[in-house]
Amino acid sequence: MATPVMDKAQATATADYITATFRIRRFNPEESDAVIWEDFQITIDPKERVLDALHKIKWDTDGTLTFRRSCAHGICGSDAMRINGRNRLACKTLIKDINPDKPITVEPIKGLTVLKDLVVDMEPFFQAFRDVMPFLVTEGNEPTRERLQSAEDRERFDDTTKCILCAACTSSCPVFWNDGQYFGPAAIVNAHRFIFDSRDEAGEQRLEILNDKDGVWRCRTTFNCTDACPRGIEVTKAIQEVKRALITRRF
Amino acid sequence: MKIHKYDTVIVGAGGAGMRAAIEATKRSRTAVLTKLYPTRSHTGAAQGGMAAALANVEEDNWEWHTFDTVKGGDYLVDQDAAEILAKEAIDAVLDLEKMGLPFNRTPDGTIDQRRFGGHTRSHGEAPVRRACYAADRTGHMILQTLYQNCVKEGVEFFNEFYVLDQLIVEEDGVRKSAGVVAYELATGEIHVFQAKSVVYASGGTGKFFKVTSNAHTLTGDGQAACYRRGLPLEDMEFFQFHPTGIWRMGILLTEGARGEGGILRNKDGERFMEKYAPVMKDLASRDVVSRSIYTEIREGRGCGPEGDHVFLDLTHLPPEQLDAKLPDITEFARTYLGIEPYTDPIPIQPTAHYAMGGIPTNVKGEVLADNTTVVPGLYAAGEVACVSVHGANRLGTNSLLDINVFGKRAGIAAAEYSATADYVELPENPAELVASQVERLRESTGPERVADIRKELQETMDANVMVFRTEQTIKSAVEKIAELRDRYLRVSIQDKGKRFNTDLLEAIELGNLLDLAEVMAVSALARKESRGGHYREDFPNRDDVNFMRHTMAYREVTGEGPSAKDSVRLDYKPVVTTRYQPMERKY
Repeated sequence: MATPVMDKAQATATADYITATFRIRRFNPEESDAVIWEDFQITIDPKERVLDALHKIKWDTDGTLTFRRSCAHGICGSDAMRINGRNRLACKTLIKDINPDKPITVEPIKGLTVLKDLVVDMEPFFQAFRDVMPFLVTEGNEPTRERLQSAEDRERFDDTTKCILCAACTSSCPVFWNDGQYFGPAAIVNAHRFIFDSRDEAGEQRLEILNDKDGVWRCRTTFNCTDACPRGIEVTKAIQEVKRALITRRF
Repeated sequence: MKIHKYDTVIVGAGGAGMRAAIEATKRSRTAVLTKLYPTRSHTGAAQGGMAAALANVEEDNWEWHTFDTVKGGDYLVDQDAAEILAKEAIDAVLDLEKMGLPFNRTPDGTIDQRRFGGHTRSHGEAPVRRACYAADRTGHMILQTLYQNCVKEGVEFFNEFYVLDQLIVEEDGVRKSAGVVAYELATGEIHVFQAKSVVYASGGTGKFFKVTSNAHTLTGDGQAACYRRGLPLEDMEFFQFHPTGIWRMGILLTEGARGEGGILRNKDGERFMEKYAPVMKDLASRDVVSRSIYTEIREGRGCGPEGDHVFLDLTHLPPEQLDAKLPDITEFARTYLGIEPYTDPIPIQPTAHYAMGGIPTNVKGEVLADNTTVVPGLYAAGEVACVSVHGANRLGTNSLLDINVFGKRAGIAAAEYSATADYVELPENPAELVASQVERLRESTGPERVADIRKELQETMDANVMVFRTEQTIKSAVEKIAELRDRYLRVSIQDKGKRFNTDLLEAIELGNLLDLAEVMAVSALARKESRGGHYREDFPNRDDVNFMRHTMAYREVTGEGPSAKDSVRLDYKPVVTTRYQPMERKY
């Protein structure tokens, strides 16, 4: 006998399937400059993810539907999209939780150029990340063993180490929508991660970068970013801490 | 077609690729080609930790770590490589800390360590705290830290460039690497990268299983590119099934959960691992725990109405400990199962997790063309490679270690080779194979669909070559795979465009999975013994007389043109044994 498989269990579960409509924003400049909304009706277990629904559409109905994805459980950051008007990861959003009685809208995240369907140009987003010196800077000779850091000092920046660079926060920010020059929440989160790391010695330089006209002062504290973060990072709080550090120069 | 020229090209931007890139960029003009963006790689999904005998919290040393690695791998490990892994582990962890990795800390401020499956003190006496960790997102922190340091070093990335072919050229009777051919997802353009050295770090191949912890993108692209060009694949029958995947979904729940005190229970609430591994219990090695779970299920002690899973019980652990040490996996349980791990046990089943086998290399990361001959200019590291430090079963936390130790070694070796070697002249039409493959798929009007073939492949793999195997089940997999490979020739896609054609990409990935599934099944059929992750019910014992050897699988082509047929030819390679003679493996 081979390894037990789950087919039987899955067969009994089909009774719970629902019919849901996915209304997807389509754009393929290779075909046409027009943006259209296309409806797909599928039968699916509501406990499945929006990503599963997109796969079902792509695999069974329309192979041209284009989106990025990889890990499918909220850790790689590939599939941030706007689902029912809110930024989420498609692989972390269960269909039952987003009112499948009505058409579910899926569109690309905002503020970045759409390249095809749900795929956007991520380059400006990663450029802002690279611009804040997102790496540990230390001076002097390296110790033979590890640098010491107390558990409290380690805890100080724990929240901002969770970032997966999915862009859900930055592309939910009204300031970023209006002005792509703004660093955006994700870059500030990653600057925060180093500014408040007791081992780092380039906090002043990073603060100066963020003191720029396109830096933290553009933030209007709308909390969209905190709501959008699929990792539960208190993004707005982190931005506030960076602002305070700029005023007090203590961090 | 565009032609680029670099000293060193690295294929893949996960842990091994970026660790190699940091070294190679300091020493040579380097390009990193990745089919994703660097921070999307599956290294980021690793949770529990990275092993190193730092001895920060209790007595430990690299020799015990070497022994555990060899025993964990059921003595199929090359012991010279395992010794390097365990010795260099300490610097590998310290390197990462110096690069900025936010490890959890002890009260003294040093790197904290915790228990993990199969890691012991004094050669199996008791569990030891050897896993260095950052909550339950150690892989995420490694991936981020390496990417941060790639930014710092100015590493040049080609994002969403999918490597489809390895160029091998024979010069004076020696097969050498000339470069790679890649497909640019954004434009559909084909790029040839001529390079003095190429490092494969493109990850695993778990997507040929249905229930797997692997990302959708783990389709064995590097293994397939090398195999198709006549290079061997080593020990492909050895695949690890991680004991604790989320029931039906396969999403990984770290072994660190058991390291923190979590317990596996059957439907009667019994801690069943006490029966199978009296000393290590829930922290026995992964192959042992996965078999034990399925034994419970088969004997009618599984949980749920179908009796098809068991429970991971964390309810006796304080909520503060779960929040501090296991925040991500407890959130997975809440998100995907609607279960509160503070109060309810989590339904789990084994999930296809890790390929122990891959492209054979020596300890410098140089790829082997046979048992001994190096392919000049070709390197591999990480899950794509087989060095072999994992043998028949990898220990938890040894993969994050492997990518750092052998990623670094391969990056240095490749760049040093680039510094002295000349370019190998490109073949006359270097993009020929890729161009014809892409064109055939775009123009095909055949009746077969990618999704159907992939689903049937995954179902046959789950049913026939998973935790328990027999001659009969493996043979039925071999037959099914042959049928699917034939049907694949008539596959067509709907997206005929050039721009971000992920339909085309999935079709190519399926071709890779089919080739590698065949290698795996054929290798498994020939290994008439049980060892580590390869368990044959018809041959339940390890057979050191006949099978204490690595499998080397080669693609053989007979005939020419459209009537050409390919098949898998098997050969074997001796295991390197230094300190430890094979013993019975008990936990």
